[in-house]
Amino acid sequence: MAAIAGTKSSLTWAVHLSLVAMVLLWLFPTAGLLVSSFRTSDQIATSGWWKSLGASEQNLTLRTGGAADQVNRDNKFVIEGNLFGEASEAVISVWGTSSRSISDYSAGDTAELKNGETVTVQANGDYIMEHSEEFTGKRGQRIFATAKTPPEFTLRNYNYMLFDPTNREGMAKAFFNTLTVTIPATIIPILVAAFAAYALAWMDFPGRALLIAVVVGLLVVPLQLALIPLLKLHNEIGIGKGYLGAWLAHTGFGLPLAIYLLRNYMVGLPRDIIENAKVDGATDFQIFTKIILPLSFPALASFAIFQFLWTWNDLLVALVFLIDSTGDTTVMTKQIVELLGTRGGNWEILATSAFVSIAVPLMVFFAMQKYLVRGLLAGSVK
Amino acid sequence: MANLKLTNVEKTYGGSVNVLNNINLDIKTGELIVFVGPSGCGKSTLLRMIAGLESITSGDFTIDGERMNDMPPAQRGIAMVFQSYALYPHMTVRDNMSFALKLAKKSPAEIDAAITKVANTLQLTEYLDRLPKALSGGQRQRVAIGRSIVRDPKVYLFDEPLSNLDAALRVATRIEIAQLKESMPESTMVYVTHDQVEAMTLATRIVVLANKGIAQVGSPLDLYERPENEFVAQFIGSPAMNLLSGKIVETGDVTQVSVDHGNGVIAANIPSSPDMKGASVNVGMRPEDMVPVTGENYAFESKVEISEALGEVTQVYFERQTPESSPVIAKLQGIHRDVRSQTMRMSADPAKVHLFADGQSLLYR
Amino acid sequence: MHPALQAVLTIVIGVGGCVGYFYFSNQFLDKVLFPGTGPNAGRNISRANMVRPWLFLFPAFAALSVYLAYPVIETLRLSLTERLPGNESQFVGLQNYQNMFNEPKFWEAMRNNMMWLLIVPAFSTAFGLLAAQLSDRVRWGNLAKSLIFMPMAISFVGAAVIWKLVYDARPIDQDQIGVLNALYLFFGGTEPQNWLTIPGWNNIFLMAVLVWIQTGFAMVILSAALRGIPEETVEAAIVDGANPFQVFFKIKVPQIMGTIVVVWTTITIVVLKVFDIVFAMTNGQWETQVLANYMYDKLFRANDWGVGSASAMIIMLLVSPILIWNVYNARKEMQ
Repeated sequence: MAAIAGTKSSLTWAVHLSLVAMVLLWLFPTAGLLVSSFRTSDQIATSGWWKSLGASEQNLTLRTGGAADQVNRDNKFVIEGNLFGEASEAVISVWGTSSRSISDYSAGDTAELKNGETVTVQANGDYIMEHSEEFTGKRGQRIFATAKTPPEFTLRNYNYMLFDPTNREGMAKAFFNTLTVTIPATIIPILVAAFAAYALAWMDFPGRALLIAVVVGLLVVPLQLALIPLLKLHNEIGIGKGYLGAWLAHTGFGLPLAIYLLRNYMVGLPRDIIENAKVDGATDFQIFTKIILPLSFPALASFAIFQFLWTWNDLLVALVFLIDSTGDTTVMTKQIVELLGTRGGNWEILATSAFVSIAVPLMVFFAMQKYLVRGLLAGSVK
Repeated sequence: MANLKLTNVEKTYGGSVNVLNNINLDIKTGELIVFVGPSGCGKSTLLRMIAGLESITSGDFTIDGERMNDMPPAQRGIAMVFQSYALYPHMTVRDNMSFALKLAKKSPAEIDAAITKVANTLQLTEYLDRLPKALSGGQRQRVAIGRSIVRDPKVYLFDEPLSNLDAALRVATRIEIAQLKESMPESTMVYVTHDQVEAMTLATRIVVLANKGIAQVGSPLDLYERPENEFVAQFIGSPAMNLLSGKIVETGDVTQVSVDHGNGVIAANIPSSPDMKGASVNVGMRPEDMVPVTGENYAFESKVEISEALGEVTQVYFERQTPESSPVIAKLQGIHRDVRSQTMRMSADPAKVHLFADGQSLLYR
Repeated sequence: MHPALQAVLTIVIGVGGCVGYFYFSNQFLDKVLFPGTGPNAGRNISRANMVRPWLFLFPAFAALSVYLAYPVIETLRLSLTERLPGNESQFVGLQNYQNMFNEPKFWEAMRNNMMWLLIVPAFSTAFGLLAAQLSDRVRWGNLAKSLIFMPMAISFVGAAVIWKLVYDARPIDQDQIGVLNALYLFFGGTEPQNWLTIPGWNNIFLMAVLVWIQTGFAMVILSAALRGIPEETVEAAIVDGANPFQVFFKIKVPQIMGTIVVVWTTITIVVLKVFDIVFAMTNGQWETQVLANYMYDKLFRANDWGVGSASAMIIMLLVSPILIWNVYNARKEMQ
């Protein structure tokens, strides 16, 4: 297209700009969560995450030292120190002493307070407060400062949510529980489905077309219908709530797509190869294991990714079939929903736990995107 | 060492679609039989029935007297070479060739020896550890052939093995197959193709399939010189044989015919019985047998519409006499300039004239 | 037993069991039941080949029957019965449906679901088409596609957290940390809004989450379809004097109409089952109820299996036109 003579460059620009806008729009929400998970709760609560990326102008409420810090120097009581506590890269431009007038003074100015105290604040946060009488307040003087602070990020949230044994809301256990659900629930349906898909693709038997139609039909059956009957069934046969039930449920629910995807792929393998294997003396079982399975790797990978993402991200099946009243088997999705209820305002906790659960699928996504796309293309019913 | 025998073999799909009927064929040890026919005539189906990849609806198929109808392919002692090569894409050349032997539980030493020998013959030794996708089309075809040879089968089946090769490679591989056949005089081969040249050059006997059945079986030159019916007459040879309608005016050892759009009588060295006198026949003349004549006895007279000078021959397309009559083509030896728009009278040597009544050759009456 | 150990054991037993089942049932068939040697070799082999497909199919179809086919019938039965104490049940005809239809919450869920059905597939498909068309024309298109496609990998719950942050509201005198409110105030809004509690609009904000997720799916499928269009038809149109918009709407879109329908119906099915987003973000409060969440409420909070099953049947009913259409197409394609 680009080679066509007389193509307007304004249009090309419009295309680029619209696409940039769209990508940013799609990326922005996730980026917000990622950035927030690296900020402290104070930072998150006081400024939008997008402001944290550059040196930001922040309105801070700081406090000088209290009466306990005073020293007597030349008959004056003096409190000295730095408003940021320790060395900080923040730079104060203007400041004030009451919340109504936060920009009365510039850095380096001296303010006179109501009872004769004076306070001087430097750009780097050093202050000196002087008074002829002894300071009495236990807490220091509030200073409202407008400061430019460089971006500042921390791993503390992750440390807290993943590795802190005292944190009862930690994600570590839920992470392993999710993993425990996911791996068997991904591998087992593949195997079961692959044999069935081979039979449906390459073996001749009466009723084959009907069975394929059944699979296509089951592809869209909402799993909502399965909840109560299966929970009943699981309780009756003694599985109850637990991993086994969840694995079985995920296997059952994943099978239609698995069979459909794999059959579509296998049916496209060259007939000659399979017939040649028959002439070579391979049995159906050998054809399947030695020819079909290795050649179907792309389709197997596609489905594996689907099933992995689906089981990892699942909430409903876990709620119904897995998590019992003890909550020992809780998965990350459920844990996050709970945190949304109990810690709705604690974004550092929410963002971090959400990102812990998102990180693995995202890695899988970027590593195996090719197979995911291929599977999507093969799996949407034509 | 294998005799193949098909007796009244029939193939029907889904209980109603009949594709092959009444096939009777004897294939002897050491023959290379070629199935030809227009597309959709069932030649591949017949081959696949011999292979065991398609079931035989009715009739019998035996190899060396043993009934094979229900025998799975692997137990029939056959090897097959497919048009698409059908190499296992995930296995190296060596693994491709050893696959069948491993399944048959041959010892590693045996397998190794067989592969080394065949790879040498087919000049595949240096490619043994490559995957098929790293080979050229010709090399892949050689692997496919080699893969069948290592199994040392009684019968080789070829399903259009050269169709996927380009023209030059096709000729080379064709000659290789001919040499291969020479080197294995005991093996029986069945070969399906739609290419006449392959059929004519390779076959011991050709089987022409048409209309769900066998139109004729015979050696290549038999089919060319003595076609049994109009179908075979027109199918073998290119351009196809001209058919001109006419009537028998004189019977005997040499039959005399008058052609509708010709003049006088034409002789054909074909005997006819007295009761044939006055019968309507089609007079067949191959384009390469037609020659211009000057006398009053000719089979055909018309204006040249188009002439194609190919150097060694000149192909001449005549105007049709009536819109319904089929076009007549003559192949004149050498270069003929300025034949365009000339009116020519054409005939042929009596030994090269064919006669067909109701589609069947009078030769076989 | 430690769950991780249990998982490993399950994989071993599951995988080993599957492989073992297939291997030994085949051996049994070929060696014991119909041995492929002796006088009846030919007949036995063809018999074995008639049985074998069913060996291959059995585990999968047993699982499908128990986990998908049986529940459909059982749910239908449950929707027509009432639970009585002591594991008894009683046939009540359409009483459960009657009760459900008398509940305003059900109609709210129906109305919202219909809105979801109209809006989400339409916007996802439209954005997906736009992204596909734009990204196919620039050199960094693949990167753009990756980034727009990325939300597909994120769980609905994760997406709920992400978007709750976007919709967050702080009192007016504080810095807004939700992008939407920040923008709203920047463009002249007077006070921050609690977006998820404004009836009517809040549904739109929930739908935005699903549109955000599904656009990538639509884009991937439609992009493949766009690339499948014969280049010649586009070139012919350009030579005929069509401008880029005419090329897109009059040449390209009609040629991928079939794919657009596929994308649309696939997203429709996702929408009908949408649960996690509503469950995590509003739990159906502030008039955002949808069928799947309504059903969950009935089944597990109100413990009313009758009405819960009835609402599940409604979802099934809404899906079935697509189900029938898919089956019809699949059968047509196989012939």
